Amino acid sequence: MLQDKDRIFTNLYGFQSFGLKAAKARGDWDGTKALLEKGKDWIISEMKDSGLRGRGGAGFPTGLKWSFMPKENPDGGPSYLVVNADEGEPGTCKDREIMRHDPHKLIEGCLIAGFAMNASAAYIYIRGEFHEEADALEVAIEEAYADGLIGKNACKSGYDLDVYVHRGAGAYICGEETALIESLEGKKGQPRLKPPFPANVGVWGRPTTVNNVESIAVAPTILRRGASWFSGLGRPNNTGTKLFCISGHVNNPCNVEEEMGIPLKELIEKHCGGVRGGWDNLMAVIPGGSSVPVLPKDICDTVLMDFDSLRDVQSGLGTAAVIVMDKSTDIVRAITRLSAFYKHESCGQCTPCREGTGWMWRMMERLCAGNAELEEIDMLLDVSKKIEGHTICALGDAAAWPIQGLMRHFRGEVEQRIADYKSRVAAE
Amino acid sequence: MPTLTVNGQEVTVEDGATVLQACEAAGAEIPRFCYHERLSIAGNCRMCLVEMEKAPKPIASCAMPAGDGMVIHTDTEYVKKAREGVMEFLLINHPLDCPICDQGGECDLQDQSVAYGTGESRYQENKRAVNDKDIGPLISTTMTRCIHCMRCVRFSTEVAGFQEMGSIWRGEHTEVTTYLEGLLDSEMSGNVIDLCPVGALTSKPYAFTARSWELKKVETVDVMDAVGSNIRLDTRGNEVMRVLPVLNEEINEEWISDKTRFHYDGLKKRRLDRPYVRKSGKLQAVEWGDAFLAMQKALKGVKGDQIAAVVGPMADMESMFALKGLLNSMGSEKIESRLCGAEIDTKVRASYLFNTTIEGIEQADYCLIIGANPRLEATLVNSRLRKAVVENGLAVANVGPELDLTFSVNELGDDPKVLESILSGDHDAAKALKKAKKPMLILGEGALRHKSGKAILAHARDIADTYGLIADGWNGFNVLHSAASQVGALDLGLTVEGNMAALRDDAANIKVFFNLGEDDTDLSAFNKSFKIYIGSHGDAGAASADVVLPGSAYSEKSGTYINMEGRVQRSAKAVFAPGAAREDWSIFRAFSEVIGNALPYNDLNELRKHMADVCPHVMTLDVAPTAEWNKFGRKAKIAGEALSVGGDNYYRSNPIARASKILADCENARNGIIEEATGTNG
Repeated sequence: MLQDKDRIFTNLYGFQSFGLKAAKARGDWDGTKALLEKGKDWIISEMKDSGLRGRGGAGFPTGLKWSFMPKENPDGGPSYLVVNADEGEPGTCKDREIMRHDPHKLIEGCLIAGFAMNASAAYIYIRGEFHEEADALEVAIEEAYADGLIGKNACKSGYDLDVYVHRGAGAYICGEETALIESLEGKKGQPRLKPPFPANVGVWGRPTTVNNVESIAVAPTILRRGASWFSGLGRPNNTGTKLFCISGHVNNPCNVEEEMGIPLKELIEKHCGGVRGGWDNLMAVIPGGSSVPVLPKDICDTVLMDFDSLRDVQSGLGTAAVIVMDKSTDIVRAITRLSAFYKHESCGQCTPCREGTGWMWRMMERLCAGNAELEEIDMLLDVSKKIEGHTICALGDAAAWPIQGLMRHFRGEVEQRIADYKSRVAAE
Repeated sequence: MPTLTVNGQEVTVEDGATVLQACEAAGAEIPRFCYHERLSIAGNCRMCLVEMEKAPKPIASCAMPAGDGMVIHTDTEYVKKAREGVMEFLLINHPLDCPICDQGGECDLQDQSVAYGTGESRYQENKRAVNDKDIGPLISTTMTRCIHCMRCVRFSTEVAGFQEMGSIWRGEHTEVTTYLEGLLDSEMSGNVIDLCPVGALTSKPYAFTARSWELKKVETVDVMDAVGSNIRLDTRGNEVMRVLPVLNEEINEEWISDKTRFHYDGLKKRRLDRPYVRKSGKLQAVEWGDAFLAMQKALKGVKGDQIAAVVGPMADMESMFALKGLLNSMGSEKIESRLCGAEIDTKVRASYLFNTTIEGIEQADYCLIIGANPRLEATLVNSRLRKAVVENGLAVANVGPELDLTFSVNELGDDPKVLESILSGDHDAAKALKKAKKPMLILGEGALRHKSGKAILAHARDIADTYGLIADGWNGFNVLHSAASQVGALDLGLTVEGNMAALRDDAANIKVFFNLGEDDTDLSAFNKSFKIYIGSHGDAGAASADVVLPGSAYSEKSGTYINMEGRVQRSAKAVFAPGAAREDWSIFRAFSEVIGNALPYNDLNELRKHMADVCPHVMTLDVAPTAEWNKFGRKAKIAGEALSVGGDNYYRSNPIARASKILADCENARNGIIEEATGTNG
């Protein structure tokens, strides 16, 4: 269990002010200038050594991502840092807490990351529904400007960085980095084809790095306390601390910062007061936000909460949004609801996702009622396989995985439903 | 130059090529819907998925740059499955109403579902339906059939330069629309019909009139303007059912203008199908012999210099040559083709050609337009200009009335005196011309018919000489014509000393006046003459004539046309002329025999041989010539009178267009006139 001294987000619950004075008292903006003076290469190598993997879901090493940015632009043009604050994955509520209660961690992170990748501006693309969070962030940015922490000659380092908040309009797809860039440019939020990757051609055609809020916000603390401190937490290749958002059928749903690799059962029992009705009442857990496959209780008994362990059980850490479902849950209905979500949020650009998400949802609706043939389960899985990996962005995968997870672990439930429906119809 | 392996075969492609192009180079067919060579890459249909070794998932070959050492497979089970999957997704919400769809028989979705689909559907849910959109009189929409490839959206924003088309909503509710369901206000809009791979956007006038497999296809040349777009006339029986573009990279690429595409119903309306002779003030139908008799009577005792002729905008060279031969045999040299009064002469061929060539525009980096509206006078030239603006950073400046050319233009005012200050180097445009590596200028009819036309021509020539418009392998001096017959007529020397003005001044002396298909110019000066009209349509020229001889439209004869570049092209006979109408040249040949002075040829081939004696290059087809540069024009001060440009009558610019109901509907739609459809109206 993570000790208090190792916590990064010390105001996660908002017991203190989010303002600059309180943030400084918590250690933010402490010696930032000295960090910058150690140079870009030091920052990037330190980030690499820390083993931090992107907290937005895909888990790509953050230091490596920063190193893809051109050190200097031969044409003298700008580069950009974009912070992905479009937190829309169902079940996830970590970034909003950072922006609401600890915005200075993010802003300081912007300065350091921006400096390391030679960015001339940082754009924080915030989800439209996060009204209060955007307000807090804007206040904090004002404070930082007024204190000389960002802007011209930020922290008296000689480096200039402007930080802007851009409010989105609440489309889930705008959390995909290239769709976010399109939206930031004022266009319809539809993912771009890759390659070229944003590090080469990003916002307004300039080199751009898009990072999750949490990835950026932990950077200053990592640099202050050292890469070895961070890499000493968690497990190899899955280092550091992580914000977990636990919701659903637990006694005390909460956000909590914990060490990577904590057992799922310990996470729920220690921080959430256990599953409603006791651990044995557990039916399933979606461990990383709505897009990752669901896990049944027998896997939940032992699984560790990190990227690699969850991948090994054919699920994923995702955004570490743990959705707990006890035995009162209609699991088929729950997954159907997720299918409806992905059908609603598909951008409509490419064929498999545009057409397939609606098809899957309609089949799920029938399966929910049992109004289907047994063969249709395999057909549904086949359809999901034809979406997965065939689309421009990962939304197609995200729509396919929950259904694949359901059929992997709860196929019997679905088959029972079909049988029940048939006997009911026969009786009538 | 990356080298990749496609299906075990090594292939080397140009830098910047895509995997799809590499596959094609290796002879592997890649199905596609959204990909189009002339549009930006969208990568959204996913039909072109192929297998790349070491890639975790299939890649969209249209969007993936070819890289050295890539190993691609297009014929594996994996690829087959991926294609079947995409095909199935495309079809689940497609209405499959092929039997009542105009695209049937030439539909990409139909063809590719046969080739790459599974042949059956597993989809049992309800299909999506989408409301149709009203986007004007040319394009019929059945949006339920749309597969969201966005070709039309990309074409309109990238090639045609209008922003009205786009997609709204998202996911399976995505709809392609013009947002407010406005009219597509473009002269290029019809091309989205060809681009649409399914039957979502089809031709409204052609709707339900024919099936593609019933049509006979004849490749020919367009005469609606002087571009010489290559077109295909699709005919059934003796009727032109539709007009489609034919690929010609050097002229029209694969686009045509709306006027070219939709004038065809004008070929069937208001046609002259028998000769007429004016008797007691009224035109009366007669036999050919009677018409010739009336002409013979009128010519009795008339001296050569009392006979004159003009040729209209759509005349083929053979007809003009025969008419010239007829007049010459009667002792007249008075035959004029510059009806608008353009001050050009025939001494230096380069002085009246579009020397840069249409394809050459793509290399230019600065263009000075003088008294022309290329968008309306030569739509395909304008789309090349736009291409150069978008892709090559071409800067365009305009002397003349302000223009909306679908790209930004530096307006220099409509006073042609500005050319004097450009020539002397005082003007900003002079600096830009000097800096440009491949500068060009376009001189329009608006400038050449100006009262200082000759001086403007001379100034343009001197500007060309001074600012490096004439260089090795580059000639930036261009004249933009609007009549398909103009360059051919000039090559045949159909000019009169002193231009149309001199001919009009001479009108009292003219006893017999031949008019070969000219209906747009005021010829009332010749009202006292005996007027003989030879043409295809009952328009202004026929209405005021004393004898009307029915000729053929361009679709009904094989004729030679020289486009504004000086490129010789030949049209083909697609249908027969109506009734007693004949090919124009044969009318003159027949009449020459009646007056006892037979022209020395009996068929088209012989005529062409004689024509080649005068004008040797007419036998060299489909090549853009290079004309020798020389001195021309007359140095003088330019009068400060505002320039005007043509094109305001875009949809009514010739007798065929005026006879077309479709183009009339376009004009009404553009002017906001909506026809009432109630039974009590009108």
